[in-house]
Amino acid sequence: MSTQEPISVSLHDFGERMDGRDETVIQVQDIHKVYAMGETQVHALRGVSVEIKRGEFVAIMGASGSGKSTFMNILGCLDKPNSGRYLLEATDVAQLDKRTLAAIRNRKIGFVFQGFNLLARTTALENTELPTLYARIDKMERHRRALEALQMVGLAERTDHFPSQLSGGQQQRVAIARALVNQPSILLADEPTGNLDSRTSVELMEIFQSLNDRGLTIILVTHEHDIAQFAKRSIVFRDGKIRRDGGIINRSVAGEVLKTLPVLED
Amino acid sequence: MDLISTLRVAFRALARNRLRSILTMLGIIIGVGAVIAMVGIGQGADQTIQKQLANLGSNMVFVSSGSRNLGGLRLGWGATKTLVTEDVAAMVKECPAVAAAAPGNQTTAQVVYENDNWGTRITGTTPAYFDIRAWPFQSGASFTQDDVTTAANVAVIGDTVRKNLFATTEPVGKTIRIGNLPFLVAGVLEAKGQSPAMSEDQDDNIVVPLTTLQKKITGQPWLRFVMVSAKSRSASYAAKEQIESLLRDRHRIRPGTDDDFTVRNLADMADLAKESSQVMTALLGTIAAISLLVGGVIIMNVMLVSVTERTREIGVRMAIGATEGDVQRQFLIEAVVMSLIGGGIGIVFGVGLAYAISVTVGWPILISPAAIAGAAAVAMAVGIFFGYYPAQKAAQLDPIEALRYE
Repeated sequence: MSTQEPISVSLHDFGERMDGRDETVIQVQDIHKVYAMGETQVHALRGVSVEIKRGEFVAIMGASGSGKSTFMNILGCLDKPNSGRYLLEATDVAQLDKRTLAAIRNRKIGFVFQGFNLLARTTALENTELPTLYARIDKMERHRRALEALQMVGLAERTDHFPSQLSGGQQQRVAIARALVNQPSILLADEPTGNLDSRTSVELMEIFQSLNDRGLTIILVTHEHDIAQFAKRSIVFRDGKIRRDGGIINRSVAGEVLKTLPVLED
Repeated sequence: MDLISTLRVAFRALARNRLRSILTMLGIIIGVGAVIAMVGIGQGADQTIQKQLANLGSNMVFVSSGSRNLGGLRLGWGATKTLVTEDVAAMVKECPAVAAAAPGNQTTAQVVYENDNWGTRITGTTPAYFDIRAWPFQSGASFTQDDVTTAANVAVIGDTVRKNLFATTEPVGKTIRIGNLPFLVAGVLEAKGQSPAMSEDQDDNIVVPLTTLQKKITGQPWLRFVMVSAKSRSASYAAKEQIESLLRDRHRIRPGTDDDFTVRNLADMADLAKESSQVMTALLGTIAAISLLVGGVIIMNVMLVSVTERTREIGVRMAIGATEGDVQRQFLIEAVVMSLIGGGIGIVFGVGLAYAISVTVGWPILISPAAIAGAAAVAMAVGIFFGYYPAQKAAQLDPIEALRYE
C-alpha cells in the first residue's frame, strides 16, 4: 500500500487555504457568450450561474456543443463573457485586460489538458518550472517548488526524464505538477483522461482525489460518466444552459476501484 | 520570463533544428562577411593612402599644365605651353594660402658615369622643391638658387640612379654626363619608393636647376608642373582655389571655357588613389546589402513557419501565464540569437575573405574592432527588424485557438 501511495509524502498542503470553510472561489452570475460564425451567431452560453466553494471537486459534463468548453475557457480566463459577472476569489475577472488575465492564469489557475501539452525535449523538472518562470520567481525557489510539485504527483524519481521517456500517465502527472507549481486557487482539468487507458485514468483520479482531500479545488471537464463519479458534484450542460447540478451519488473512491482492476504487466 | 531563461529557450529551439537554423543564417553569414571584408579593404586602403600622401610632401598642392584642344585634336596633360615661371612668382606673391612653390619640367635622358649608363627622368626645378616634398638627402646637399640663376651644371640624384651608376663609390663630387653635358653631383636623395597616384619609382630621378634643363637640355621655356606647399593642411583647399582663380586670370581664360591647367590638392590625390579600392568596396557593399536583405527575409520566413509549427506550444505558454509580451520577446530573441550567431560566423568568414583578397590582390587589410562591433550591430538590427513581424504574429494568437491547433 505504501509503495502505491507516494502522494502521502507530500510537503504541500492546500488545507491551509481552508480557514473559511464556505469561502466561495468561483461565482458566476448569468453569463452569456455569443460567437459570430460567419453570418450566423452561435449562442454558446445562455445565462449560466454557478457558485463553487473552496475544496469542491466538480465534474462538468455535457455533449459537444453544450457550452461546457466555452464555460471552461471563461473559468480559465482564456475567454471573456459577453455579459454577466465572473468573480474569481472576489475579483471581477470579466473586466480585466489581457495582461492581468495572463497573470491570473499564471497564479490562480492550474491547467491540465487532454493532450498533456508538455514541451518536447524539456525535462519533467523544467516543464514543471515553466509557470514559475512567467511568475518571475527566483531560480532557487523555482527549483524547490518544481521538485515539491513533482513529489506530490509521485514523480520525484523522474525529474530529469524527457516527455518522450515517460508513459502517458506519467506525462499527465508532470502536467499536474506543472499546474500545481504556483499553488493555484483552482485546478482546471479538460478531459485529462481522454488519452489514457482505463487503469491509468483511475490512477490519475486517485491523485486528483488525494489533492482534493488536501483542500485543492478541482474542476474537471469530462464526458465519461465513470470518471465524473470520482468527483463530489456534477454540473451538466445542455444547449448553453445548466440542466442539472447536484452531488454525486455513490461516489467512486479511486483507491478502491484500483483494487478491482487487473494490474497490467509491462 | 527573465532574459536568461528566454535565451535558454531560444537556444534550445534553435538546437532542435540545427541544420535548418544554419541554413537560415546563411544570408546573414554572407552579408556580414561581405561587410567585414568591405570595411577591411576600405580602411586598409585608406591607411596606405594616408601613409603615401604624407610621404608625398606636406600640405602639397600640385599644379600641372592642362590638356589642349587643337581644332578637335585633344592633347594630353602637359601639352600646353602657357604655364610659365612668372606664374609661379605670382602664386607666391598673390596667393595668401601658398607658402612656397617650385616650378618644374621633365624629360628623359641617358646618364653616363664612367662605364655605366642609365636611362632616367630628368627634373628641372628650384631648391624649394626638396622642402615642399619633404625630401631629405642621404649625402651632399641641394643645388643653390645661384645655380638656378646661372643655369649651372649641377645635379641631385635619386637613390635608384645612385644604385645603378655608383654601386661602390660615393657620388657627391663626381661628374656624370646627361646627354653630352657634364654635371657635378651635389647630393643624393633618400629613397622614397613608389608614388601613390601614378605608381612610378620616385627614386629613379635626377634633379637639376630648372634653367639648366630649359636652356641646355630641352630648349622648352614653359613648365609642365608646379609643386606648391600650402601654409597648413586646411589651407590647401584655399590654396587650390586661389591658384585656380589666379591662373585663369593670368591666362585670360574666359568664364565658361576650360582651364589650361589642373590643380589638385592632397584630398584630390587621395580620391584618385582610392578609386580602385572603391570599386571593390562598392561591389562588396552591394553584395552585403543584398545578402543582409535576403538573409533577413529568410529569417522572417523561417520564424513564421516556426510560429505555425509551435502554435500549440504558444497556446500552452499563454494558458499557464505567458503574456503577449513574453511570447513576443521569446520569438524576437530567437530571431536575434539566430542573426547574431550568423553574424559571428560571418565575422570570422569576413576576416578570412579579407585576408584572401589581400593576398591575391596585394592590398593591405585593416580590420578594426569598430568594424566588428558595427557588423554585429547590423546583424542584430536585421534580426530585430525581420523577427518583429513573426513575433508579433505569435503574440497575437488566441490561446483557445492555439490550444486546439493540431
